[in-house]
Amino acid sequence: MSLNINNISRSFNGKEVVKNVSFEADPGEIVGLLGTSGCGKSTVLRAISGLDTGYRGEVEINGKASRKVEASTGFIFQEPRLMPWLNVMENVTFGLKGKKESKDEIGRKYLRDVGLAGSEHLYPKELSGGMAQRVAIARALITSPEVLLLDEPFSALDAFTKMQLQDLLLEIWEEYRTTIVLVTHDIEEATYLCDKIVILKDRPGRVGQEIILDEPRPRRRGSNALANYKTDILNSLDLSRV
Amino acid sequence: MKKSSELTAGELHGTKPQGRGGLKSQKSRVQTVILGSILPIILIIAWELLSRAEVFPSYQLPAPTVILDTIAGLAADGSLWGHVGITLYRVLIGFLIGTAFAVILGSIVGFYKKAEQLFDPMIQAFRSIPSLAWVPLFILWMGIGEPSKVTMIAVGVFFPVYLNVVSGINGVDRKLIEVGKMYGLNTFELIRRVILPASLPSFLTGIRSGLGLGWMFVVAAELMGASSGLGYLLVLGQNTLSPETILASIILFAVVGKSTDWLLKIVEQKSLHWQDNAVKA
Repeated sequence: MSLNINNISRSFNGKEVVKNVSFEADPGEIVGLLGTSGCGKSTVLRAISGLDTGYRGEVEINGKASRKVEASTGFIFQEPRLMPWLNVMENVTFGLKGKKESKDEIGRKYLRDVGLAGSEHLYPKELSGGMAQRVAIARALITSPEVLLLDEPFSALDAFTKMQLQDLLLEIWEEYRTTIVLVTHDIEEATYLCDKIVILKDRPGRVGQEIILDEPRPRRRGSNALANYKTDILNSLDLSRV
Repeated sequence: MKKSSELTAGELHGTKPQGRGGLKSQKSRVQTVILGSILPIILIIAWELLSRAEVFPSYQLPAPTVILDTIAGLAADGSLWGHVGITLYRVLIGFLIGTAFAVILGSIVGFYKKAEQLFDPMIQAFRSIPSLAWVPLFILWMGIGEPSKVTMIAVGVFFPVYLNVVSGINGVDRKLIEVGKMYGLNTFELIRRVILPASLPSFLTGIRSGLGLGWMFVVAAELMGASSGLGYLLVLGQNTLSPETILASIILFAVVGKSTDWLLKIVEQKSLHWQDNAVKA
């Protein structure tokens, strides 16, 4: 599915947080929203998701303007946000309807996908941060979303788990070709994952620059090409001015 | 109640394989019981010895064995079950009525802002009246029969349950509600699948303290005027100058009250096994 973000502005209590943000995502594209903290990245993402409807401007999904939560949209939050009273399987199948047996069968497939086969009966309190986020990923994927929104999904994880889950996200993307919008403040993550990086800057946040990354996948972390992109992005963010 | 982010973001811990830890945990449980019993046992033995040595006059503080004999006597002539039964019955009915009202009103106030503005100030005002102050009025209205007693107990149970239902619903993590919304749940489904389970811990806390107050109020209600029940035994003991009857009644109150609380505690542990509680060292 394609996404078209047209001139989104959002104020909270009269204070403008983002101003006239526009960008597009083609079907199957991974778009990164990158910016310093407080520039309104998450605000834009919440507007796209339909969780927040108090914005001005328009979000078009496949050419149709939408202001509510669409069934075709999945959201992965910064924290896993698992229901503590449900076990892993029940959490993963939270968004499914129908009989328990058929739900569990689908659930097992997605748990295998995220490498958690055999953990169905654990409760969130028994999971490590990385495992919990894997469950959250499976939960978001299980409704086969055509647009996947991620709000700094790996920022609370340690460096190794983070890399694992980034690769997991790419594997899943290879399989399902979901359109992905990824909010992040991690430049390396953005250059490793994204086809296009939209840089938000200033307060209220606005689009500073769009960078297209045509580096083929699989990309190598720490390669020169990615390092060059990183330099571009750092220049564009102009951090010395803050 | 802990926030869900804390619940979910923790390290891998808890639930070790049962086989290896089973024996050890059983041993530590026995140890806990023994540790907790030392002081009461010493006190009871000392009490018994001092009573036999007639340090305590028996018309004021009879020996533990005498109290046990009294209870055995009540059990033998069959009146024990009547007294315990009617008291339990009063508490149970009052508890159910109080809880039902508290859950209904508490849910409405918890879910609807307008209802909160409408009802909550008045309920808070009523709460500041010491509930025992209602006793004379209830007796005047309903006589000294069962209705006034049950109402009394229901009033006592109502407030802790109500407060905990409201705060439980208000305290549901907004982040979890957002997850529900992301899956297109409507209001009813959100309540059933997210808000109710998330506010369950607070609700159960309310029910347990409500039951505690229920036991307190049944004593008050039965002291005011009753012809049966454990509270009646208290009055009877006072009027017939037999402290052993009073103490027997107190002990029965303790045993029955503790048992009902224990039942609720089991329900609580069973339904809240998912909670990530700190384990005391």
